[in-house]
Amino acid sequence: MNLLTLIVLLPLAGFLLNGLAGPRLGKGFVSVVGCGLPILAFLATVRAFMQLNGAEGAALVETAYTWAVVGDFSFDIAFYFDRLSALMTLIVTGVGSLIHIYSTGYMKDDASYARYFAYLNLFLFFMLLLVLGRSLLVCFVGWEGVGLASYLLIGFWFDDPAKAQAGKKAFITNRVGDAGFLLGMFLIYHALGTLDFDAVNAAFTGPVAPAVSASLVGLLLFIGATGKSAQIPLHVWLPDAMAGPTPVSALIHAATMVTAGVYLVARLNGLYLQAPEASQVIAVVGLATAFFAATIAVVQTDIKKVLAYSTVSQLGLMFLALGVGAYGVAVFHVYTHAFFKACLFLGAGSVIHAMSGEQDIRKMGGLARKIPVTFATFAVATAAIAGIPPLAGFFSKDEILWFAFASETGGSPLLWAIASFSALLTSFYMFRLLWLTFLTPSRMDHQTEHHVHESPFSMTSVLIVLAVLSAVGGFFHVYDFLEPVMPMPAASESLHHLKMPLIYVATAVAFAGLGLAWFVYRDGLARGDRLRQRFAGAHRLLSGKYYVDELYEAVLGRPLHWISDRVFLVLGDRALIDGSLHGLAATAQRAAGRLSRVETGNLQTYVLLVVLGLVASLAWMWRNG
Amino acid sequence: MAESTVLNLVLWLPVLGMVALLLAPHGTDRAIRGFALALMLLQFVLAAWLYRRFDGAVAGLQFETRLPWIRDWGVHYHIGLDGLNVLLVALTAFLGPLVVAGAFSAIQKQVKLFYAMVFFIQFAMLGTFVAQDLFLFYVFWEAMLIPMFLIIGIWGGERRIYATLKFVLYTAFGSILMLAAVIYLVYSQSQVTGSMSFAFSELGRYPLPLDAQSWLLAAFALSFAIKVPMVPLHTWLPDAHVEAPTAGSVILAGVLLKMGTYGFMKLGFPLFPDATRAFLPALMILSVVSIIYGACLALVQTDIKKIIAYSSISHLGYVMLGLVSLDLIGIQGAIIQMVSHGLVAGGLFMMVGMIYERCHTRELAHYGGLAKLLPVYSVFFMILTLASIGLPTTSGFTGEFMVLLGAFNAAWPSYLAGDSLPLVVAVTAVAGVVLGALYMLWLAQRLLFGEVKAPHQPFTDLVAREKAILLAFVVAIFALGLFPQGPLAKTELAARDYQQRVLASRVPEAAP
Amino acid sequence: MDRTQLLLALSITLFSLGFVGVMVRRNALVMLMCMELMLNGVILSLVAFAAHSATLAGAVLVFLVFVVAAAEIAIAIPIVLLLSRQKRSLDIGAYSELKG
Repeated sequence: MNLLTLIVLLPLAGFLLNGLAGPRLGKGFVSVVGCGLPILAFLATVRAFMQLNGAEGAALVETAYTWAVVGDFSFDIAFYFDRLSALMTLIVTGVGSLIHIYSTGYMKDDASYARYFAYLNLFLFFMLLLVLGRSLLVCFVGWEGVGLASYLLIGFWFDDPAKAQAGKKAFITNRVGDAGFLLGMFLIYHALGTLDFDAVNAAFTGPVAPAVSASLVGLLLFIGATGKSAQIPLHVWLPDAMAGPTPVSALIHAATMVTAGVYLVARLNGLYLQAPEASQVIAVVGLATAFFAATIAVVQTDIKKVLAYSTVSQLGLMFLALGVGAYGVAVFHVYTHAFFKACLFLGAGSVIHAMSGEQDIRKMGGLARKIPVTFATFAVATAAIAGIPPLAGFFSKDEILWFAFASETGGSPLLWAIASFSALLTSFYMFRLLWLTFLTPSRMDHQTEHHVHESPFSMTSVLIVLAVLSAVGGFFHVYDFLEPVMPMPAASESLHHLKMPLIYVATAVAFAGLGLAWFVYRDGLARGDRLRQRFAGAHRLLSGKYYVDELYEAVLGRPLHWISDRVFLVLGDRALIDGSLHGLAATAQRAAGRLSRVETGNLQTYVLLVVLGLVASLAWMWRNG
Repeated sequence: MAESTVLNLVLWLPVLGMVALLLAPHGTDRAIRGFALALMLLQFVLAAWLYRRFDGAVAGLQFETRLPWIRDWGVHYHIGLDGLNVLLVALTAFLGPLVVAGAFSAIQKQVKLFYAMVFFIQFAMLGTFVAQDLFLFYVFWEAMLIPMFLIIGIWGGERRIYATLKFVLYTAFGSILMLAAVIYLVYSQSQVTGSMSFAFSELGRYPLPLDAQSWLLAAFALSFAIKVPMVPLHTWLPDAHVEAPTAGSVILAGVLLKMGTYGFMKLGFPLFPDATRAFLPALMILSVVSIIYGACLALVQTDIKKIIAYSSISHLGYVMLGLVSLDLIGIQGAIIQMVSHGLVAGGLFMMVGMIYERCHTRELAHYGGLAKLLPVYSVFFMILTLASIGLPTTSGFTGEFMVLLGAFNAAWPSYLAGDSLPLVVAVTAVAGVVLGALYMLWLAQRLLFGEVKAPHQPFTDLVAREKAILLAFVVAIFALGLFPQGPLAKTELAARDYQQRVLASRVPEAAP
Repeated sequence: MDRTQLLLALSITLFSLGFVGVMVRRNALVMLMCMELMLNGVILSLVAFAAHSATLAGAVLVFLVFVVAAAEIAIAIPIVLLLSRQKRSLDIGAYSELKG
């Protein structure tokens, strides 16, 4: 059986079944199909994984069919399963299935239940194409496809124009990145005549350097990654994407789609190893994103927005790791991040569910006792993301910080310092979130408080599973597992003795964040408000997200509209082109009007003209013999 | 022998239908509609058979018919299928029944004449594609004007007279210049070979100096560029689309515009290769200007049909870009994009027609939240929007991807050799995909999402006939998007031939 | 000046008088008469040439022209008559509907 093709097609079947027949066959059918097929896909992935282990590390390759043959080149739809794909597919199908199960509880009362699961399965289908694709082409199909699914799911409650708008923003921003992806793909095709990942990596790590600059290709593909993984400057869509249902935020905008960029760079590690300039850019962009997003998260008051900026920040750390050559470590962070971020988002969903839709943390507080399971899992996940040992986040974040410091391909103390400061901020704002939501005295209004209740088992069970994974997941050292596919970068020998001290520093940073958060927020908003008044300017800048959206609107949005309208339409089309046309027509009409004056209606004039013409032609004939 | 009869049948069936309709006594409108649909379905079946039988591995013409017509001038009735026109013939035949079925409820007056005109235009369009003789080609090219003039002028909207006159005069102006060029071309050839001939296979053979090529190319190119349409000769299109009835718009966007690109592909560029190569920078710039300009203008329109009209200009800019890339992938991509655009734009206009029949307005501002009022309609609209954007798995992606890849493939060596214009053009065209998403999603958003508003409620969602029509479009779009290898295999030899001919030279050898 | 030239001079005079009359006079019937004058001038020139060259061709042509002139008058006068019933005037200025 074509196992890989099956894995990919199972969610597609779910999409078709639920999309076409779902509304008619009721919620039970939709739930079974919608959750069952991803679970089957997960089991199939496990089976493939076992096959992979049995095959002594050689990747599984399956060609589904030939899409097009042009000249000598054949564009095939093929799938490739090595350790990296295995890990990613397990995350996608595993965490994906969990979130599907959670959704049966969260979306229980929604009128468009079938449509939701159809879209979610569609997303899974495209995401699997992305991570299982053998060539950049198949990856791109999945890449655009997850953008589509994201668009549909962000704007899921499309009655609200703001939500539909957020979906559109996501798609357009992604498209800008996709333009870069396309250019990079074209360059690779032109230079190497192939789009297959394994062939590309082999070409760049082989003895003969290809004719194209690895850095150029790397940068172009990174632009694509920037769009999909919400890095500066294309990060603006992710916070707005919180308009979608919370499980969507968990699946797409935390665990899977946004990690596609990381996957792409990690997959092409052969290329990026030969592209130091591009890697440097990646590291700097990742670090900058990590830092700036963390600063913005500190002042957010919507529970989902905090997590959104936190995701952007964590993705930045992943790119930092990629930039210094630690590809396996970056994927390790993808893996741990999937667990704790999904747990956090789903926990937030549970909170919102309990709070009858309230998302503002200034109106929460004291929930720890009322929704204990949500609190416990949220706390574990928070500790994980903050980097408290021995939870998962500690291991992955620590490795990133170590290589940021010591990697011989780009590591430096400066990178480490800023990254550590971002980690401090992360710990701070996450514990701030925890305290303000759960542990401070209640600021809820009475109506809401009355209705607070723990979420159903379909939701809490998933939270527990994810919390456990966030706790113990870090013990599986993914980067060792991925070593055959992506070697670890060399760490500077002279700095090896600093490894343990740095671990202590990282731990201290995590606890420092915890402590600061406790200090400022343990009693509620009062101290925080005083700080806000003291640093009003900075606060405005941060809550305005550094005014990036406004900048884009002013520099890109409005001028585009203005040029299209005033220059192209009014001036170009109407005045110039149509104007000259109408001018020509008017000239023809005027000329005809003047010429028609020959027709006086007077017989004698006509006779005169005839005779004159006759005389003239006779004279001419006489002159010319 | 029997096989070429099928092609003749496909071509002349509409004429028989037209004659039958015009001569028939005053039947009921229902009978007329049924007859029209049956005839178009028959034509489609025959054309589908031709398509299946067409062998992509054989070079040259298939299903050929060559009969002498005007002997003294060397004019023949010469028709045949090759890789360049087989897909377009299939597209035209595919759209025939869809257009007829789509007009069932929209056209209520002078139904007989309307369907007669639809048949006439099918005949003219198919004739242009299959003609292999320049005289025959020109006759069919001009013949298309009459039915289109009547379709827009009689069954169109408020400013229909202005729109149809603009369309006819604009196109005819180009055609006159083309006629002059045709006459000169044939005449100069007869000076060299001693006998007149209008056959395509003959016209490309003898040497032609560069300045003659340039003038001739300019004349042909003007006529084709008006048809495509290329900026700045495009202003007739928005008006024609807005004022035309739905069926007219579908025919116009679906097939008529392809006549221009087909003209470039079959005649303009291969007959005058040296001039084409000399003008390549200008052609590239014009193509990418069409892409960007069309997209920008689509962004600021208030009439839904105008948005799709400008999007057509943008999409056909990709086709031209593919043709002038002179790269095999680009050329194949251009051919696929032609078919894809026919399906996508045709489908979109069909959908606008459906909503217009219910609400009697095309102003975007009057609509909102249609996803709630017309859920099935919205699903189809979303699929067509995504195809227009070029989402992978749809035909739009196949066309755009191959065109952009071809353009880039040709541009990069030029860049390395010092000429950076093709690269700038290619990169700008890639940036155009962002704009494409921008205006289409904006349209979809205003139309389908947000606050619910629409005039003349309540109205029904799609009826079975409408669903069947749109399903046909959608299936074709996905088929071309997921399995383009079939069509590509049929067009490859002809695409190669086009490439070779444009890269060859016709300039007479320098005197020793 | 010999006989032929004299006759030709007379013929030109007749023709010119007729032409001027057509151009200047406004009455439709008078214009017809002047046109007859022009025809007669031409006939006279034909006779003069026939006499000069001693062939019969010119004389035969004269009879042809006579017949044509008669037929023409037979048609023209009824036309003018019918038109003048419409317009109630013989003034040529009244018949300018093809103006512009």
